[in-house]
Amino acid sequence: MRRKKMVFRIFGTLIAVFFAVIFIYPTVVTLADSFMSTTEIHANYGKVFEKKEHKEYWEYDSKDTTYKNDKVFIRIKPNKVTLSQYAKVLFLSPEYLFKFWNSVKLTLPILIFQILVALGASYSFARFSGRLKELMFFLYIILMLMPYQVTLVPNYIVADWMGTVGTYWSIILPGVFSPFSVFILTKYMRRIPSSYTEAAQIDGAGEWQIFTKIYAPLCKGTIVSVALLVFIDYWNMVEQPLIMLSDQDMHPLSVFLSKINEGEVGLAFAVASIYMIPCILLFLYCEDYLVEGITYSGGLKG
Amino acid sequence: MSNKSKKSNIRKKKNRIKSIAFLAPSGLGVLTFFVVPFMVIIYYSLLDNPIKKNFVGIDNFVSLITNSAFQSAAFNTLIFSLIAVPSAVILSLLLAMLLDCKLPFRSQLRTVFLSPLMVPVASVILVWQVMFDMNGALNQVTSMFGATPIDWLDSDYNQLIVLTLFLWKNLGYNMILFMAGLGNIPSDLIEVARIEGAGSWKIFWKIKFRYLSPTLFFVAILSLINSFKIFREVYLLTGGYPYGNIYYMQHFMNNQFEKLDYQKLSTAAVIMSIVMVIIIGILFLVENKFGKEVEE
Repeated sequence: MRRKKMVFRIFGTLIAVFFAVIFIYPTVVTLADSFMSTTEIHANYGKVFEKKEHKEYWEYDSKDTTYKNDKVFIRIKPNKVTLSQYAKVLFLSPEYLFKFWNSVKLTLPILIFQILVALGASYSFARFSGRLKELMFFLYIILMLMPYQVTLVPNYIVADWMGTVGTYWSIILPGVFSPFSVFILTKYMRRIPSSYTEAAQIDGAGEWQIFTKIYAPLCKGTIVSVALLVFIDYWNMVEQPLIMLSDQDMHPLSVFLSKINEGEVGLAFAVASIYMIPCILLFLYCEDYLVEGITYSGGLKG
Repeated sequence: MSNKSKKSNIRKKKNRIKSIAFLAPSGLGVLTFFVVPFMVIIYYSLLDNPIKKNFVGIDNFVSLITNSAFQSAAFNTLIFSLIAVPSAVILSLLLAMLLDCKLPFRSQLRTVFLSPLMVPVASVILVWQVMFDMNGALNQVTSMFGATPIDWLDSDYNQLIVLTLFLWKNLGYNMILFMAGLGNIPSDLIEVARIEGAGSWKIFWKIKFRYLSPTLFFVAILSLINSFKIFREVYLLTGGYPYGNIYYMQHFMNNQFEKLDYQKLSTAAVIMSIVMVIIIGILFLVENKFGKEVEE
């Protein structure tokens, strides 16, 4: 019996490790390859991006394009570790940094205001009850479950009425009122015991004070969890900019990165790494919050 | 009316005003950006065009359903969701149960499995390209076994490739949900069952599976919604007009947005929302039935 268990554990660990390697592989490759020299990237992967390359960028740097391996294999270890890709992104091709800044300009306002607006709404849902409240909450859940194919059409129509199509407002405003964080925060706030508020009321605290002095501070951890989930969702956005922003200069890096491949492969890995470094840092520092947030998102009835 | 009930009435009214004040910013926003325009969309879907405003009944629906681009987009999306949702549910449950077995490096493994969630799709798209291209790494591997190289995203296997990308991104999130669900099962119940001589298989089906049913239901809905987001990966890999069977609903919508065909857009959105409500409703009913059985 004990032996059988031992075999099972070893076998299970092997399977888990095998999958773990697959899961982390693309991320590691992207990060590691960002330290390769442009020449090495071209030698390794030139064949893949050959047909898409536009030559003019490389004309002044033509020796980079001379050698390409016939066989493409993904390499993790650079022959020579260098920061030349990063240097090129920073000093020669500032357009990527502009796109990065576009992503920040879209994501941060949504993140901050969605959570502020959601705090008020969840407080209302958690503290007070009533037929209308229940109906509204149900509406929020339905909305949360609707895919972009449904919600983008109303969003576009409103943007059209307001004349904001083609500006960041057309993405930021619907993002601010997206019901996702209301849902999770309400579920958390409903668990706050009513004895807390009763005690405060006896001491003469008004609703605003209960909200700012009791509920909001108690939600700190959950706010971090929700913020992480909201951040990654909008940092990743592809659908909205494609529809709302016809000017490609305004696109966030998440859309623009796919177009990079047509040209400057030699620095693409560095750009991709720069784009994911904030996410990875957040993940490593706040993994427990993220797990908590995911756990709270589970179950619609809460 | 007695003085006391009058007082409580005033208090009720006050509470109502306060609760509305807190809800107002979010509620008004939701009404303005989602609910009201959605009503307008339903109205648009019944008109011949937004300028003439002739009422045409279900003509738009008929012409959309018979539109071949819509048909293939709807079909491909449906097939993908039908494959993706069960695989995501089953595989993430297996992962969660594997990690639940007190394996060594458990927390590190959890970190690794969750990491794709935080990695932007756009950042790893280069690696996918290098892998699945005609001259890519996967073909180098298969050619060692004598296979002829193919463009994986333009082959019969492209749904499979897309499924892999989907699972890579979403398994971690689902796994965390299942781990939480497994943690909620009272361990003494399993202990008792074991003492009474129930095998692991029986314990899984009769106890764990029942307790997991709310999580199962939620993961299924979540995976369904996420399966519509696979457009991101496909768009970043292949652009706005991909090969045949990975042309999804969002591609269709994008192309209608380019032409600004309000009729098609609003009709498609209405159809999609109806389908979503039906699917979620069915899942809700199934879950309710399962949930009751646990309580009994």
